Amino acid sequence: MSAHQHVEGQLPHEPERATLEGRNKVLGFWIFLGAEVVLFGTLFSAFIALRHQVLDGPHPSHLFELPMIFAATMILLTSSLMSVFAVQAMHRNQIKALIGWLVLTVVLGLAFLGLEIFEFNTYVSEGHKMNTSAFSSSFYTLVGFHGAHVAFGVLWISLLIGQLYKKGLNVVTAPKIYVSMIYWHFIDVVWVFIFSVVYLMGKVG
Amino acid sequence: MDWLTTVDHKKIGILYLIAGFMFFLVGGLEAILIRIQLMTPMNDFVSADRFNELITMHGTTMIFLGAMPLIFAVLNAVVPLQLGARDVAFPFLNALGFWTFFFGGLLLNISWFVGTVPDAGWTSYVPLAGPDYNSTAGVDFYVIGLQIAGIGTLLGGINFMATIINMRAPGMSFMRMPMFCWAAFITSVMIVFAFPALTVALVALMFDRLFQANFFEVGAGGNTVLWEHIFWVFGHPEVYILIIPAFGIISEVVSTFSRKRLFGYSSMVFSLVLIAFLGFMVWAHHMLTTGLGPVANALFSIATMLIGVPTGVKIFNWLFTLWGGSIRFTTASLFAIGFIPTFVLGGVTGVMLASAPADYQYHDTYFVVAHFHYVIVGGLILGIFAGLHYWWPKMFGRMMNETIGKWTFWTFFIGFHLTFFVQHFLGLIGMQRRVYTYLPNQGFDNMNFISTIGAFLMGVGTILFLVNAVVTNMKPRDAANDPWEDGRTLEWTIPSPPPEYNFKQLPLVRSLDPWWKEKMDGSTEMTPAEPVGPIHMPSPSILPFLMSVGLFVAGFGFMYKLHWLAIAGIAATLICMMLRSLFDDHGFHIDPEEEVQA
Repeated sequence: MSAHQHVEGQLPHEPERATLEGRNKVLGFWIFLGAEVVLFGTLFSAFIALRHQVLDGPHPSHLFELPMIFAATMILLTSSLMSVFAVQAMHRNQIKALIGWLVLTVVLGLAFLGLEIFEFNTYVSEGHKMNTSAFSSSFYTLVGFHGAHVAFGVLWISLLIGQLYKKGLNVVTAPKIYVSMIYWHFIDVVWVFIFSVVYLMGKVG
Repeated sequence: MDWLTTVDHKKIGILYLIAGFMFFLVGGLEAILIRIQLMTPMNDFVSADRFNELITMHGTTMIFLGAMPLIFAVLNAVVPLQLGARDVAFPFLNALGFWTFFFGGLLLNISWFVGTVPDAGWTSYVPLAGPDYNSTAGVDFYVIGLQIAGIGTLLGGINFMATIINMRAPGMSFMRMPMFCWAAFITSVMIVFAFPALTVALVALMFDRLFQANFFEVGAGGNTVLWEHIFWVFGHPEVYILIIPAFGIISEVVSTFSRKRLFGYSSMVFSLVLIAFLGFMVWAHHMLTTGLGPVANALFSIATMLIGVPTGVKIFNWLFTLWGGSIRFTTASLFAIGFIPTFVLGGVTGVMLASAPADYQYHDTYFVVAHFHYVIVGGLILGIFAGLHYWWPKMFGRMMNETIGKWTFWTFFIGFHLTFFVQHFLGLIGMQRRVYTYLPNQGFDNMNFISTIGAFLMGVGTILFLVNAVVTNMKPRDAANDPWEDGRTLEWTIPSPPPEYNFKQLPLVRSLDPWWKEKMDGSTEMTPAEPVGPIHMPSPSILPFLMSVGLFVAGFGFMYKLHWLAIAGIAATLICMMLRSLFDDHGFHIDPEEEVQA
């Protein structure tokens, strides 16, 4: 089936695209991300439509702590960089380096999640709850959807690290690593928009 | 058991057909009950509350659980065969898509047995559908059932896009692709970009109802018009998702039974793309009376009227294909030819409704009901019937009975026009939609009576189709490879029904309508593009079924605030996903040469 001929036992140049299954997986995943763009796009629209409806709840300019959110942003961006190094290591067929970069990706992802949970806890204690106002509902839904995506990504990449230990790097595992990495970048891009639209615009009013 | 675990696109197509038709019958029964209630003025056949439940469930069932799966039935049965592919890109996801749709639909319909049925209309407008005015679990069934079924549709869309981009036979460029595959492709693109908006709408309404969020709670700063926008951003593309596959079917059937190449193939492709593009730009024409202001109304009016242009191109191309052809009037071709004037009527009323000032008169009357039944029943359902009669021998290996088929067509076609043609005038003289009864002597009495008679006739047509399916199923399986003898595309080059692997050798495609070209060149089979060899097949799996059961169970957990049940259901689904990732499917190999000897 494969159009790319390769020597037995040797990993082809771009292992994620070496088989038809791999090419299908990468293409299908890009299409899925297209659907995710619409999903987040709609969540952003709802948030922008409702973000001034603060009512008696705390105002975003008092609520948001920019230094902490900036730290979270930097952590997630760095994590995305780690995943770039992971894919480069995969293309050089260096499985140890690949696992190392993946572990760093996951650790930073967990750190981001920890900060987000701490942040949400603080907000709730300041009276900014799901049912406080339309602003709070759309805030928690948008940012929470992103957080759930991060959590899913952390679980997924951890599972893949385990598979790399057991099965090694081959034309079956390589496409899985590759699509999980483009997923991770996507989550990162969404966060950049959340940082600008939710937090920076919230700060300036 | 074989059917629970299958990942074969042909079997999944049959599953979609059976489940979709079952829901189609349920929706049809609801329609008959609605029409009986409206047959005479001041009727008390059903109560006002029951009537609201019936119209809500009729619309929701027909759109999401009848029409969509019937489309996926034909897509699954035909698209890989027309492409010259051995399966879809993701056989496992294909099965998962079917089972999530099935369990979502099941969950929605269980509401009838629980006794709290969704009753806020299929558009589920807030605040009517919100927790204040709808405090029973009714709308929860709508929100969660559609959410689960929507996952299935999205997966189907991704799957067919990837299949069509990556798995066309050697030599089949995009512009040599059969028109039905183009329609499947465009519909899939629209599904991928429209359904996530529905996901968000349903999530927001679910959060409002179950977790006291305030998206649509005006008192807490929410906005009810937001629901209308998000719903129609999904909902308008959805109606094009429904009609475009019918366009594809009609193109194939008209061309085959005119024994002519489709007129203006490239303009057909371009007009489909244009319809899909404009389809995303016109959602607010459902809200012309909401009060968005004259500028917004004007823009959305004009954009809507523009869609008439590419649609007109398609209508004329079908007429020019028929023109001068040697037409055969089989059941399939009757349905296709009946489709053309019927759909034109629906299109014309569509342009009338697009005019914002006039819409203030038409809005929420039976004129609207007549319009969308002309495009959905007169468009999509006639197209589906055409496709089912046309591809039945390929799906099941048996030719349908033509005599019963023609009775099906005439009863359904006449019944349809009898039901809905008068509704235009009912609307114009002022009958509101969604009212459970009306006073006598307003000029509504006779037309409502005629409409109900027509509905019974459509019911007879549907039953005749079922009878035909049963009668056909008792015949021997003897359909030839090319049973209509005028087949043009690759599905008619392989046995009916096709072997599990479809193509023993992938065919080499040398032009548009490749099989017709080979026949004209005097060949009796396609030129193979590869030597005969063992064929790799994916293994069957029970996981798609279990994952859908997990979501189904979780749905009830959310609805009845049994959080342990919701967590258990979601966890079961996640564990199945993990198992799928951990245990690689190596599949198995079939050697076609050995099969022939055995």
